[in-house]
Amino acid sequence: MRALVEPFQGNAFMVRALLAGVLVAVCCAVAGTFVVLRGLAFIGDALAHGVLPGVAGALLLGAPGVLGAAVGATVMIAGMHVLTTRSRLSSDTAIGLLFVGMLALGVVMVSSSSAFSGDIVRILFGEVLGVSPSDLVQQAVATALVAGTAFVCARPFLLLAFDPEQAEVSGFRASRYHVVMLVLVAVTVIVSFQTVGTLLVFGMLIAPAGAGALLARRVGAMIAWAAAIGVVSVYVGLVLSYHLGYAAGATIVLVAVALFFVVFGIQSARQARQRLGAVPT
Amino acid sequence: MSAPLALRATAAAVGYEGRAVVEGIDVAIARGEALALVGTNGSGKSTFLKTVVGLLEPLAGTIEVLGSAPGRRPRQIAYLGQFHQSALVLPLRAADVVRMGRFSRHGLLGRIGRADEEAVVRAMARTDVTHLADAPLRSLSGGQQQRVYLAQVLAKEADVLVLDEPTAGLDAGSREHYLSIIDAERARGAAVVTATHDIGEAMRCEKTVLLAQRVVAAGRPADVLTPDHLLEAFGVALQAVQHLGHTDVLTAEAAHAHHPHGLPGHQHDHAGH
Repeated sequence: MRALVEPFQGNAFMVRALLAGVLVAVCCAVAGTFVVLRGLAFIGDALAHGVLPGVAGALLLGAPGVLGAAVGATVMIAGMHVLTTRSRLSSDTAIGLLFVGMLALGVVMVSSSSAFSGDIVRILFGEVLGVSPSDLVQQAVATALVAGTAFVCARPFLLLAFDPEQAEVSGFRASRYHVVMLVLVAVTVIVSFQTVGTLLVFGMLIAPAGAGALLARRVGAMIAWAAAIGVVSVYVGLVLSYHLGYAAGATIVLVAVALFFVVFGIQSARQARQRLGAVPT
Repeated sequence: MSAPLALRATAAAVGYEGRAVVEGIDVAIARGEALALVGTNGSGKSTFLKTVVGLLEPLAGTIEVLGSAPGRRPRQIAYLGQFHQSALVLPLRAADVVRMGRFSRHGLLGRIGRADEEAVVRAMARTDVTHLADAPLRSLSGGQQQRVYLAQVLAKEADVLVLDEPTAGLDAGSREHYLSIIDAERARGAAVVTATHDIGEAMRCEKTVLLAQRVVAAGRPADVLTPDHLLEAFGVALQAVQHLGHTDVLTAEAAHAHHPHGLPGHQHDHAGH
């Protein structure tokens, strides 16, 4: 029992890490639910990786990494919109092109300067133990923004997930709310990369929401399950990393993915039992 | 001043990305009337419906719904499409799906009140899915899902119902029940526009348009769904025949063998077969 609370006693940086992780978990639960429901996982992955050159550029210029991530995400969203609406390319091809292009650009920028020796690891894998009070404020504001927007747009988001044509016929412009949804995913990626990094934030977007989709009967419940699983992942991940010396961000995401497979295994076993029970003897 | 027509298409061409799938559609129906679009796969039925509800722009001519351009009256138009992409993924109960039919009345944040809930309950009762209200959508059979989607359309209490193959996946009993629901909707003054492969359903409408990537014929069903027109549209000799109060479509040989008395005015068409 002591091992569960010890990491947070007298360690302000661990408490801040926990708070930051909880905010990331809630933010990712809301955005990730719609990513999973609408089959936007590839877009989420592309956005998570596509911010790399923006962050690298910002660090080169001495600007905040969050600002650079925002620029990178904006370029990604605009590029995806242009390519998918003005070319005959399928959306996954367009997204893939931008994804690898932005990632490659980021790597080139990083490799061209010796100034990134320590920063690149922080960008890719986060630095949850280095979260500052101002980072926390940023994440709290972003989480409130994401949750508030999802609440206001719940009806068009639900219709979009059900059938974009129904959204349109019901008077909610599908393309507009699709962009709003992408912006929510982008904001989530931008504020989460400091905690779990650009490579791992994608895991927090889809693993808890994926488990929530298996457990829930309603979208609201799916978000709640995703948030709960995300928060547990953050807590367990931090405790494990403290005691075992693992990288904190990666451990958090590993726990989230492991919890998904636990839920999946329990569901599969339950369904198998139900099928066996249904067979007449 | 008389009320605007429910639907009026004048020399309308519909299609995708500037390419017409079908051109020269001229048809109009008033409130309480029904229009059926009949034709082969890919003949333009669904494309026309998507244009009527505002998902596509007409490529030529004009289409007016309740006196306005398509898409301008979302509260008054209900649409049942063919595909619902997330039915197997979305964690929704059947009642949640039906409740979506009320969203257009309340926008982003308007309160869904008692009248809305009553409309949802009524619609589910009419399509006989009340007992499935709490069931996850993904656990329902194709026919049950189709009845839930139809309940969503009814819950909207719209003035124009636009239905793309609404009887797809329904068993014979459910199909008959669907036809009685449509009769009731028309009786309350709603116009119904349907794309269907069901000739019997088309025969119940005031107007029919027979499509084969062009307008083969348009007008009253008895004038449109003739053996000659059906042969022209489908490339097969077909005959609409009445049997026990229903209309069936059979090959000309089968129609002659089993139903020597086809539809009024059509007997001469198959007499020689």
